[in-house]
Amino acid sequence: MTAILDAQGLNKNFGAVTAASDINAAIERDSVVGLIGTNGAGKTTFINMITGYLKPDRGRIRYEGRDITELAPRDVTRLGICRSFQIPQLYASLTAFENMLVGIGVVLRNAGRGGFFSRGRALVPGHDLPAEDVAERILERFGLAEYRDKNAQVLPGGVRKLLDIALTMVAKPKILLLDEPTSGVSAEEKFVIMEMIMTAVRAEGATVLFVEHDMEVVSRFAERVLAFYDGRIIADAAPEIALADPEVKRYVVGGVLRA
Amino acid sequence: MSRDRTPRTLGLILLALLVFGQFLPQWTLFLVTVALAKGLVVLGLMIMLRCGLVSFGQALYYCIGAYAAGMLGRLFGASDVFTLMLAGMAAAGLVGFVLGFLLARYRSIFFGLLSLAVSMILYGLLVKTEALGSTDGFHVLPSTLFGLRPADAWVRYTVLAVALLVAFIAALLVHRYLGTPLGRLAPAIKDNEIRVEYMGASARHAIHVKYVIAAALAGLGGALAATTVGHIDPEMAYWTTSGEFIFITILAGTGNVIAPFLGALVFGVIQTVAFAISPNTWQMVLGGSLLVVIVFLPNGLWSLFRGRKVA
Repeated sequence: MTAILDAQGLNKNFGAVTAASDINAAIERDSVVGLIGTNGAGKTTFINMITGYLKPDRGRIRYEGRDITELAPRDVTRLGICRSFQIPQLYASLTAFENMLVGIGVVLRNAGRGGFFSRGRALVPGHDLPAEDVAERILERFGLAEYRDKNAQVLPGGVRKLLDIALTMVAKPKILLLDEPTSGVSAEEKFVIMEMIMTAVRAEGATVLFVEHDMEVVSRFAERVLAFYDGRIIADAAPEIALADPEVKRYVVGGVLRA
Repeated sequence: MSRDRTPRTLGLILLALLVFGQFLPQWTLFLVTVALAKGLVVLGLMIMLRCGLVSFGQALYYCIGAYAAGMLGRLFGASDVFTLMLAGMAAAGLVGFVLGFLLARYRSIFFGLLSLAVSMILYGLLVKTEALGSTDGFHVLPSTLFGLRPADAWVRYTVLAVALLVAFIAALLVHRYLGTPLGRLAPAIKDNEIRVEYMGASARHAIHVKYVIAAALAGLGGALAATTVGHIDPEMAYWTTSGEFIFITILAGTGNVIAPFLGALVFGVIQTVAFAISPNTWQMVLGGSLLVVIVFLPNGLWSLFRGRKVA
């Protein structure tokens, strides 16, 4: 198995706070990896470093053999690493459909299509369909068709969350980083939502890293677990092994139960 | 999806004005032409406002366009109306391109005030420049069309026809631009710039492009105003001129490329009528009308015509 993403010796400090301390992780292509840990353990910092939002103080990140440590978020995105957000980041004044069209527009533009001088309807690279059809199809896949013409700011929380993830799909990501995809979703809906997300995502053939606090969701969907504590990875194994680890039980799983 | 009716509507307006313009009194021709010149500036401001940026200094480019056209006539004797307009547009676009590197980094009030500051620098420079007539400015040579100068009775109409054609083309091009991925990015930049970056686009680059387009349009408007009025002075760069453009932008709304021209025309009519009725308090009438529009039509005059969402 070849690693599509390889983080080596990542360190990041915010003043006296250590957000990442010697993080090493090689992510295999087409795998599904769950990132667990209490708040402040360094999961989102890890995602932020991969996507270029934060630069590590030390260490390198390689993607498909290429060093992407110094790249800006938009350049990382263009290479095929997309992310969703813990708090949905949408275009609030636009409808769900228009949100998708903006994203698709960027994909078209980055491929040099659909510009000022191009004629007719351009096909979206990777989807080989016109923009409107791609938008419809992704919305449908995420069960969002009925919200198509609603403004993003009036959508219910769970729907906003799904739209946030649906937006990442327009670029046909090779790696998808989902930051707490089921937070703010009721316990009974979590599995349904996660099932829908994973089906949609896996249909596109992306490697997935997701942050999750619900250990049942983690053991159900993750093939591998990275457990974060105090900026370090304290366990890196299959879910049944990682979740049984005494240190993980003490610092991560126990921590969630207490919270 | 509904069909795009804007190009057809624009074409009809152009035709109607070209035909009926011949029968209108001279002063209305002047009024409409000046409105078209201002409408071009406001068209640029509309592009900026769509991504949430208000330039308090768009008069900078209006003035640059006017002075470029005026100086081209003064120094080289150029009088062809299209040459003058191209020169105004190019000069303003070039300055916009350079300043864009700085201004595209700023948002909200910082962007607004920085643009205001730059325009006031130009004002200060022009006021101190004796060679360009300092505060008095200078007269612009009468312009020609393809080497010909129309008969006196037809000058106003000819200038109007040229202005209409130029505004028509500019509006069509901007309309098309707004439909491209880069154009559509505007409301997204306004709403959530972080997400724009995380989708693989550069908000700063998009804003820079929009800024240059807006500058070029303002330069075009300035050159047109210079040829229409026949006189230019540093007031064109003064902050009250910028304020007037913002006034029209708010009055018009950002819904469609027709809106800026409509707004500029309504502005011109209100100004003229109010001035005729009460020469001392016409600003009050103008302010009152804007107040009414803001209260009853928060999306500007264009919302009167809007039956659907326009791209």
